Formats: sequence, structure tokens, C-alpha cells
Amino acid sequence: MKKSISDFLKMVLIFLAGKFKKFTMRFKKSKTMKDYMMVYYSDAKSARLTGRKVAWITSGGPVEPLIAMNVIPIYPENHGAMIGASKMGGSLCEKAEAMGYSADLCSYARSDISCATINGGPIGGLPKPDMLVCCNNICGTVLKWYEVQARYFNVPLFILDTPFCHTEYTNEAAKYVRAQFDEYIVFLEKVCKKKFDFERLKEVGHLSHQGQLLWQAVLDTATNKPSPMSAFDAFYHLALIVTLRGTQDVIDYYTQLVAYMKNRIARGIGAVPNEKYRLLWDNIPIWHRTRWLSEKFAAHNACLVADTYTTAWCGALKYIDENRFLDSAAEAHARIYLNIGIDEMAKMVLEMIDKYDVDGFVLHSNRSCKPYSFGQLDIQRIVEKERGIPCLMLEADMTDERSFSESQISTRIDAFMEIIKERKNK
Amino acid sequence: MRTAGIDIGSITAKAAIVENGKILNTKVIFTGYNAEAAGLKVYEEVLKENSLSKSSVRKIVSTGYGRNSVKFADKSFTEIMCHAAGAHHLNAHIRSIIDIGGQDSKAIVLDDQGKVKNFVMNDKCAAGTGRFLEVMARALEVNLDEFGAISIKSKNPSKISSLCTVFAESEVISLIAKGEKRQDIIAGIHESIAARVSSMSARLGITEPIMVTGGVARNIGVVRALEKKLGMKIEVSSYAQVTGAIGAAFLAASL
Repeated sequence: MKKSISDFLKMVLIFLAGKFKKFTMRFKKSKTMKDYMMVYYSDAKSARLTGRKVAWITSGGPVEPLIAMNVIPIYPENHGAMIGASKMGGSLCEKAEAMGYSADLCSYARSDISCATINGGPIGGLPKPDMLVCCNNICGTVLKWYEVQARYFNVPLFILDTPFCHTEYTNEAAKYVRAQFDEYIVFLEKVCKKKFDFERLKEVGHLSHQGQLLWQAVLDTATNKPSPMSAFDAFYHLALIVTLRGTQDVIDYYTQLVAYMKNRIARGIGAVPNEKYRLLWDNIPIWHRTRWLSEKFAAHNACLVADTYTTAWCGALKYIDENRFLDSAAEAHARIYLNIGIDEMAKMVLEMIDKYDVDGFVLHSNRSCKPYSFGQLDIQRIVEKERGIPCLMLEADMTDERSFSESQISTRIDAFMEIIKERKNK
Repeated sequence: MRTAGIDIGSITAKAAIVENGKILNTKVIFTGYNAEAAGLKVYEEVLKENSLSKSSVRKIVSTGYGRNSVKFADKSFTEIMCHAAGAHHLNAHIRSIIDIGGQDSKAIVLDDQGKVKNFVMNDKCAAGTGRFLEVMARALEVNLDEFGAISIKSKNPSKISSLCTVFAESEVISLIAKGEKRQDIIAGIHESIAARVSSMSARLGITEPIMVTGGVARNIGVVRALEKKLGMKIEVSSYAQVTGAIGAAFLAASL
């Protein structure tokens, strides 16, 4: 009884803190990522007070129907990144291993599963879900991960199955995925106990499309020499396009960010002072080491100007058509970077190498993320053959800091930079 | 011009003095607990043996895992760069290097100028390194320096299938208990290292002529097993263990 009263008071406090933040934001000229994230998590954590529903959703899942139904989407993967950045991944993974989960399982899954049982991590656990939405376009692990959580929280689970698109999106695949979007809407109507608002979806779809275009515009500023931003900045600013895609906040934030980057370009300010070498990053960041890596590369006057990871949130833009939003969303979700063949992935990497004019390619072989890491060696070989630029493979893990060896990674980066410097200064 | 190279590895610290393109002297000591002290000691000893003063050395380059703890060095380079430079000076025809050190192994491909074209490292696992051999020498109660000579007598190398050093050690212990010949077990250990290192090298796409460097190159058993596995001829220099230090000294000359 006492506990439920204190939980209730906590929720009220979180709710009031969020309201206060929203109020003060009105008077701020430039709103920070922290401002938006605080309001977002405070809304989600006090959802029971305001009668809103919370859905946990995979990072590649279609979020727009949730926003249209006024459901708050929560991303365990974004939470995983926060856990990694706060260096709490190792201990949460250990806890999951003690619960019986294999050390070979994805560290996002391990930290999320164990975190839910103790309300641990940097924000005291995620708000409890009313439903789970799982799209397997990013990996197969999410199926079992979300099943585990659906059982744990005893909430309904919707699975959106996107067939692998080796080269093309067949008519059969289109019909199959599109039909599931209809089922998704029926699922939402049932859980939310209200009719789906297709007019509202149109607005959300428009905002989502605009948000992705703006995110692309942010990343495009890195084509400038020197680049006003690095991939490490992109890793940070990414959070909003992941979590709040389809809302006005995303538009406001990235409009402001594009202006900021353009201003830096006009003033000749680079993310790395004295930028001499430009690099492309592949795979999810090593969240617990972003600062160290950023300083390590900067010490060599090298800037990671772009990456395949944050580009994924605008990589399927070419398939989106606001006028046939659901059909095009089905295609865009099926044809994301992690759900296409190696040759198609390599093609995108080569395009990025040319677009950002990079001198080298750094691949994070991520112990956790199998679909991202399988095939990297082939992509590396294609890049070496087609563009002849040096490639570096770093073995680590996005969240589990136990899979990182500083002196060994340091030697690899130094040796890689020695090769790049020698080539460029020839 | 006289220059020096200091290579601080996980097990041994090496120093080389080079003068006008010639190697004057080299020295190897154990690194021990303090990498910084080991760097200074090996440097002082190599100078003392040739009655040289510190002031007579123009430039110093450090390399190896302890390269940043050599405070008196003018510059540091990675061991990849230094092994390449060292091997190139020992034999300008070399196009690939396999370096098997105490705690990692690497394969390096060189261009026709002797510059590093590409490299790959195994540093996630002790199997395939000098440390693996040390553990096995202890289990077999054989002096590690005798490993090579003993193993080439073997006609029927034992199978060591474990990919982990600790489990491979228990595999070796059970082979001892079964009464397998010591030479066969040692030959089996060498084949297991060769299997690891050659698959890594093949992934990089090494080409002949190949040179093996690093402390493990002194073990003829490992070199033979590698030749068999790769189906390629391998060169070993008498300077194998100090190739990194020699390369560092040559790089110092071009500073």
C-alpha cells in the first residue's frame, strides 16, 4: 500500500517536472535535445495519470500509426543506447546472464530484459508498456525479445513481418506487408478502444516525411569541408528522429539544427579542428566509448563525417509517398538497410564514400548485432576493390563494455591512420 | 647518423641501434611489470654493450604496446608500421609479414615500396600467440626454446581441437595422461597455432615472399607448420624477434 502511494507521488512529480519543462521551453530561443527528451520521458512515465497509452516499439517499426492514435512510443533500443552511454551495459548484461540468457544474445536485449525486472539503468527503467510492436526488419532477435517482454508485462504484442528484400520488393511482398499494416490498425483500435483516425494519420505521415527530409538535410551538411558535424554528433542528435518521428517537435528541432550547421559552414568551423582526413563509419556506435573514439580520431585530425547507422533514418526516403502513405510506408519499412542484400548494402556504402568524399572506411564488427555485422567483410572487400581506400575493422560491442580492449583498439586505429596519412601525403 | 628503436611488447622489450643503414646491435630483455623502466633499461644495455653514449644517438622511435610509455622517444609508431619497415630493410623483396608476438598475431601486406597496404590482427584470443605456447610449455614441463627442435621429430602430430587456450591446455593434459608422445603433442600445438594464424592471413590475402617476425618466429616448429598450412615458403631472419625495434630505428633515421 505504502509503495503504491510513493509510486503514485513519484509519477505526479515526474508529470509536474515535465509540465514545468514544457512551460519554460516556450521562452527558450533554442531548445536542446535534453529539453525534448525530458518532456518525452516525463510524458511517458506519467502516462497513466493522463490516460495515454504506452507502446514499446522496435527502432525500425512503423511509429506513425501510434502517434496518430495519441499513443506514446517507447524504444527499448534507444534506452539500450542510453544504458551503453552511461556505462551500465556490462552490469545489466551480467544480470541477464544470471537470469539464464546467453552472453551471445544482443546486449540491447540483455540489458532491456534485466533492466525491466529491477527498474535499473540511467532513468530508473522504462515506463510500463500497454502493448508491444515488433517489426523484424532490423533483426530476428527482436521476435523472441518482445515475446519475453510481452509475457513479463502481460500485454498484447503485434508482430510486423517484413520479408528480406535481396534486390527487389516483389508484388507478393508488397501485398503481404501492406495487409499487415491493416492488421496493425485493427490491433491498435482494439488496444486503444477507439476508431483509427485516418485524417490524423495523414498529418502524422506528412510530419514524419518532413522530419526525415530534415534529418537528411542535417546529415548532408557533412559533405562540406571541413565538416561542421561528425558522426558522433549525428549519434547524439539522432534520438529525436528515432523516438518522435511524426511530431512537430522533430521538425522544430532539426530546422534549428540545420540552421546551426549551415552557420558553422559559413564561418568555416569544423567538428574536428584542422580536419585533414575524412572517414565513414559502419554499424551501431560503441555507445560506451563514443567520447574516447571521437578524441582518438580527432587527435589524428580525422573526422568521421558520416555513417551508415544514422543514415538509416532517412535511407528509405525514396520509397515514401505521402499521398499513398500506408502503401509506401510498407515498402520503406521492408527495404531498410538491414533488410536488403549485401550487394545493395555495398552500393549504398559506395554512394556514401563518393558523396562525403572520405579517405577511409571504419567498420565496427559489433558482437551484438548479427545482421549488421554479417557480411561486413564482403562489403569491406567490395569497397577495397571499387574505391581502393583503406578499411579498418574494429571488434567491439555497442553496449557491453566487457567486449572492448582499449590498447588493442588504439593500436589498430593508429596503424590505420598511419596508412591513410601515408597515402594522402604521397 | 645513429638512431635507436625501442619495441615494448607484452612479454619482452627490444632495442636496436642503427647507423647509416646498418644494424649495430640489438637487445632483448623481459618487459616485466614496469614498461617504462623496461624501455629505459633495454636502451641503456644496448648502448652499454657497444660503449655508446645517449648523446651519440640522434633520434629514437618507440613501438609496441608500451610505445607511449617510452618517454624519451622522439616519436612513436605502431608495431605494424615498424615490422613493415624492419622486414623491408632486412629483405626488400618481402611482400607479406606474419608477426606472432606474445599477446597477438598480425598479418601485414606490403606494397612494392615496402609500405603497409593492409593489415589484420587477432587480439581477441590467446590461441595463436606466444602466450599460448608459454602455457603449453608449462603443462608439458619443457623449456619453450626446445619446442621447435622437439616438434620436428614428430611423425604423427596430435589433434588439438579446442579454440580456447585454457581448454586446449586441459586437452594437452589429457593427451599427456593418455601417454601420447611429447613430440607429437608439441607438433599438434604448433599446428593449432598455424591453423589460427593462416586462416587470418588468408583472409587478408597474403602473397609470397613471406617473412615471419616476432618472438615466435624463433620456433622452427611453428614456422614449418605455417608453411604446410599456407602451402607457401616462409623466410625467417635471425633478427626475427627484434624486427619491430629495427624498423623503429630505421624510421627514426627518416624523422
